[in-house]
Amino acid sequence: MSAENGMSRRVALVKLGVFLNGVVGVLLAVPIVRYLLSPVTRQKKFGYESWLSLGRLEQFPAGQTRLATYRNPMVNDWDGETGNIACWVRRVDDQTFQVFAINCAHLGCPVRWFPQSSLFMCPCHGGAYYQDGSRASGPPERGLFQYRYKIEDGRLLIKAGEMPTPGQPVANKARGETAWV
Amino acid sequence: MGLIQQLGNWIDLRLQLGTSIRETAEHKVPRQTASWLYVFGSAALTCFILQLVTGILLALIYVPSAGQAWNSLQTLNHGIALGWFIRALHGWGSNFMVAVVLIHMVQVFLFGAYKFPRELTWIVGVFLFLVTLGMAFTGQVLRFDQDAYWGLGIGASIASRVPGIGPWAVNLMLGGPIIAGATLSRFFALHVFVVPGLLIAFVGLHLLMVLKLGINEWPMPGRMVRRATYIQEYHELTQKEGVPFVPDAVWKDIFFSGFILLAIAACAILFGPFGPSGQPDPTIIQTAPRPDFFFLWLYALLSFLPPSAETPILLIGPAIGILVLLALPFVAGEGEKSWKRRPIAVLTILLVVVSLGTLTDLARHAPWSPLMDAWSSQPIPDKFLQGRTALERHGALVFQAKQCHNCHSLDKHGGQRGPALDAIALRLTEDQLIRQVIQGGGNMPAYGKNLSPAETTALVAFLETLHAANQRPARNASKALVLGAREAPPR
Repeated sequence: MSAENGMSRRVALVKLGVFLNGVVGVLLAVPIVRYLLSPVTRQKKFGYESWLSLGRLEQFPAGQTRLATYRNPMVNDWDGETGNIACWVRRVDDQTFQVFAINCAHLGCPVRWFPQSSLFMCPCHGGAYYQDGSRASGPPERGLFQYRYKIEDGRLLIKAGEMPTPGQPVANKARGETAWV
Repeated sequence: MGLIQQLGNWIDLRLQLGTSIRETAEHKVPRQTASWLYVFGSAALTCFILQLVTGILLALIYVPSAGQAWNSLQTLNHGIALGWFIRALHGWGSNFMVAVVLIHMVQVFLFGAYKFPRELTWIVGVFLFLVTLGMAFTGQVLRFDQDAYWGLGIGASIASRVPGIGPWAVNLMLGGPIIAGATLSRFFALHVFVVPGLLIAFVGLHLLMVLKLGINEWPMPGRMVRRATYIQEYHELTQKEGVPFVPDAVWKDIFFSGFILLAIAACAILFGPFGPSGQPDPTIIQTAPRPDFFFLWLYALLSFLPPSAETPILLIGPAIGILVLLALPFVAGEGEKSWKRRPIAVLTILLVVVSLGTLTDLARHAPWSPLMDAWSSQPIPDKFLQGRTALERHGALVFQAKQCHNCHSLDKHGGQRGPALDAIALRLTEDQLIRQVIQGGGNMPAYGKNLSPAETTALVAFLETLHAANQRPARNASKALVLGAREAPPR
């Protein structure tokens, strides 16, 4: 065997070795990427939302808007208080409700209800909403996000589980489920 | 031969690094670069080393768990001897690092250091700037308090606006459906492993290139950079009037780094650690989240952008900014280096500094946010109430009770979201006031459904009194003619 052939065989072995590592790399990359994408794939497969009780109907007097809190359906032990979410419940009349997300439709800051002027105001960038959640002024492009609700056994239930964000409703509509009105 | 010398020789025989370290230390640099204006790069590195050390010290106590992080910060502040001081050093070190990196960037830009052959040094520098900001943002999240929680909400809301993949980007960023344990864990991994790893790699590359290519010479007006001749000219410059980096130039770096460390320590002692503010409990909504100092300008920008332009500007703006920085050495890789002959460069810096400075200053007062408690905490000044009729005073009551004061100021008290009303009667007639109150408009909510006719009458009567004593309120001149003398103004 000539020296030249020997060299080329060794070069070929190096190339083969690099190729082998490339294959192994791809094999490892697949589970790593799936691991990293698990928050997205879970959302696509099972969704994050479920029906939750906000309490008995008597807690929400007609004509008033009250703060309610619930424990997010998907939580871990170490989530602590971050698993508790607040929302605004407006009881329009006996059977009609509006349940607004606490997050401003602009950039998600917590809006506050002012019963005296019947306005929701945002402390961050100055968004304001009327009592029915529609946009009154400021940077938001739309009204407050609303949860779907239903009444069962004298309890107010809402479909919740995911932080509402401005980009989301459109995407949800595209998938045929309008979680956020 | 001393014992230390012997030990050194023993080690160097095995390590074989002594010669190259000595050559690196004593490499020639142009005499004029041994300047107090060439110390910011090394000062940024010093800040980074301080951040590494204090960061590791904090990690001894800090718990990256959404349920525990805030408590562990309290323990650091109050339960561990001098824990507050380490936190303060890390917090102030962060601010100083961003500031020094910015100054360094401005200096190398104005001195044309990004031109041939140092294009890649500049590009790596741009990445260093971005990862430094990345460290500042992720670090702000690890201070897991109300500001961090709602700041993440803002980040998620911005991410959600990316067309097509927005909602997925939110889930990826938060590690789940809401801001919770998974969110903090991934920002911890970013802040402690990923971004510092990138930072160390980029710093290594950056330094290597500075050593290989030589420090940028002091720019002389009229001395042009040409690709064909520059390297030869630089070589001659360092040979002819070069001085060894150690000790001729390095003593200034050492002094300035020491001064920066001293300044950080002084700020840490005098002003203490940053927060944490309230607990990261999303059901506590009595909060007005504010970003850290170096993101205040963004906070102001988000308040001023018109709704229709906001999403494109938020998503495309940063990409354009980064592209401009990256493209700079390719667009202007040759030619004049001296800032004295580059007026556009100087004006660009001035424009950026003035814009960011103005936005930052505005964000410190946040005039666009309603003052949430003005209606109950800031009374109407006496001078607007003295000598008024019962109806007008009732209007003042409506003004407070309906929270008009949250957005409108009187005698500089109250919110600044809407215009100050000290002299509103000069600008709007009675009818215009009624229309504005009931229908809103011009970014004011409509109060028609929320005010009884009596309240509106009283409120407008009060607003009609808001003018200087020697000026008469605006009036509709045609009103008297249309309605007859009966409705004519009394005076």
